[in-house]
Amino acid sequence: MQALLDNLDRLWSGFLTTLGMSVAAAVIATILGTILAAFRVSPLPPLRALGATYVQLVRNTPLTAVFFIVIFGLPAVDVTFQNFFIAAIVALSVYTAAFVCEVVRSGINSVSTGQAEAARAIGLTFGQSLRDVVLPQAFRSVVPPLGNLWIALVKNSAIAGGGFAVADIAQLAPSLARDNPAQVLAIFGGIALAYMVITVPSGIAVGVIERRTAILR
Amino acid sequence: MAAIKLDGLTKVYPGGVRAVDDLTLTIPDGEFFALLGPSGCGKTTLLRTIAGLEEATSGSVRIGDRDVTHLPPGKRELAMVFQDYALFPHMTVVDNISYPLKIKGLAKDDRLGRAVKAGDELSLDGLMQRRPAELSGGQQQRVALARAIATHPQVFLFDEPLSNLDARLRLEARTFLKRLQRDLGVTTVFVTHDQAEALAMADRMAVMDAGRIRQVGTAREVFQRPASTFVANFIGSTPMNLLSGVVRGQAVNVSGQIVQLPGDARQHVTDGQDVVVGVRPEYLSLSQSAADGALRGVVAIVENLGTASLVTLESDGFTVAATVADGEEPAIGTDAWALPIPGRTLVYRREDGELVDAPVVAAVA
Ligand SMILES: Nc1ncnc2c1ncn2[C@@H]1O[C@H](COP(=O)(O)OP(=O)(O)OP(=O)(O)O)[C@@H](O)[C@H]1O
Ligand SMILES: [Mg+2]
Repeated sequence: MQALLDNLDRLWSGFLTTLGMSVAAAVIATILGTILAAFRVSPLPPLRALGATYVQLVRNTPLTAVFFIVIFGLPAVDVTFQNFFIAAIVALSVYTAAFVCEVVRSGINSVSTGQAEAARAIGLTFGQSLRDVVLPQAFRSVVPPLGNLWIALVKNSAIAGGGFAVADIAQLAPSLARDNPAQVLAIFGGIALAYMVITVPSGIAVGVIERRTAILR
Repeated sequence: MAAIKLDGLTKVYPGGVRAVDDLTLTIPDGEFFALLGPSGCGKTTLLRTIAGLEEATSGSVRIGDRDVTHLPPGKRELAMVFQDYALFPHMTVVDNISYPLKIKGLAKDDRLGRAVKAGDELSLDGLMQRRPAELSGGQQQRVALARAIATHPQVFLFDEPLSNLDARLRLEARTFLKRLQRDLGVTTVFVTHDQAEALAMADRMAVMDAGRIRQVGTAREVFQRPASTFVANFIGSTPMNLLSGVVRGQAVNVSGQIVQLPGDARQHVTDGQDVVVGVRPEYLSLSQSAADGALRGVVAIVENLGTASLVTLESDGFTVAATVADGEEPAIGTDAWALPIPGRTLVYRREDGELVDAPVVAAVA
């Protein structure tokens, strides 16, 4: 325990790194995933195929492999990132977007087809109908699964520190444990607690948003 | 305002179902036209093809002087009211009504003005800030109508808009819709499988079967002179009596009993031809004494229709039903005679169920 208290400043900065990395990846993944979902329900077969291929490829690849590809694979084709932090955000975004896509797509499918038809009869384009009619109604049903994805994303981000030299919460654990072998359990417990500081309130927030949006139907 | 012209319109679904089959039809400007027919006959498909929600496989759709066959729904200047209304649940009533106008590019003030006016016309004034989930079925239906009329369309398309309402509300909505259409003078196609609704509201109607139109005409024409046994069976609150028989001289022999051939029907049939005699229960007069040319039977069932009763006679080889005023029902088990009112008997060919001939409608109307 003492080891953690002695290193509170490092823990705090690791916490901020984890949070920053997760928030950035969540924003990018949500946008990218929603675009991919729009592809998957689009009337154009090539776009549908593109969306489906992306999901199949990414969803079936282990996250660690995605990290390896982004950090060691892409530089081989001259795509490089300023630092590991940025690269980690890219890897997490690419990976999580595939799951966001599937969540949003099932949300879209939960909106009755009559809604899209009515939108079409009024003269809305596919994009307008998605933006103004379908997605706002899909929103409520995707809040809980998106919340789950967010929590998974926060925990997945540990790979960045554990394996790829990003100074996040996870990276702190092995170095502290090496220096204070007697306190190893307390150290790992404290590290887990630091993640929960993000994930537990997130779960509560999702519940609140879900209730707030309940009037939609 | 505009007429609708369909020419050889065909819709074949990917699975191979010919839901609309080579259909040619003109609906004049301002007409209230009902599409009637059994479930699965293609009414909804026809409406959706006119609307542009389904692409025609072949043939054309014209609205006014424009060929709209290849235009998207939003460019056809029509408004569709769906069976389940398809209101947008996440928008208030006023937004539901004005949103289509926004898409059409109207300025904000214009949109609001039109939405409020349409809302007023349909007595929605107090409800404009509610969401659809906070409205009754009848109110939701009025919002759907307001959304349709606010766009000032050339054509209204209604797909069973009354079927979600309870019986009383449906009657009210019927009258209301009819008056609204009359006031606005918008050409209207109205799908229903309730024939009473069609008879009550429509200027003209079409009876469809398997993607084809079996008969087009005014309600009166279709009711009095169904062009085929199919239409005869379908139209009327009590089904028409359809009696199989064989032509013998000036009459038809129906299982040993004789029905006179009407008017000039004789020249359209040959002696010994198989025919079906059609006569509505309303056009049979029932008596308890033998009458010339009447069908004799034993009273088997008496059904109360409210202001009249439907009496079913059983005879060797057929049954025949006639309506009588209430209080004049014969006793069950007694003999009775059903005499066709002159000029109201129809004769169909048995082979294809089509009319061979019938008295001129104008003479009896
Ligand atoms: N999307 C579709 N794909 C394939 N076949 C379809 C489709 N929609 C309808 N059909 C078929 O086309 C035919 C006509 O259907 P349609 O919905 O137009 O009937 P309807 O007259 O409106 O019936 P109802 O009175 O039950 O509403 C039916 O045989 C139906 O099974
Ligand atoms: Mg239908």
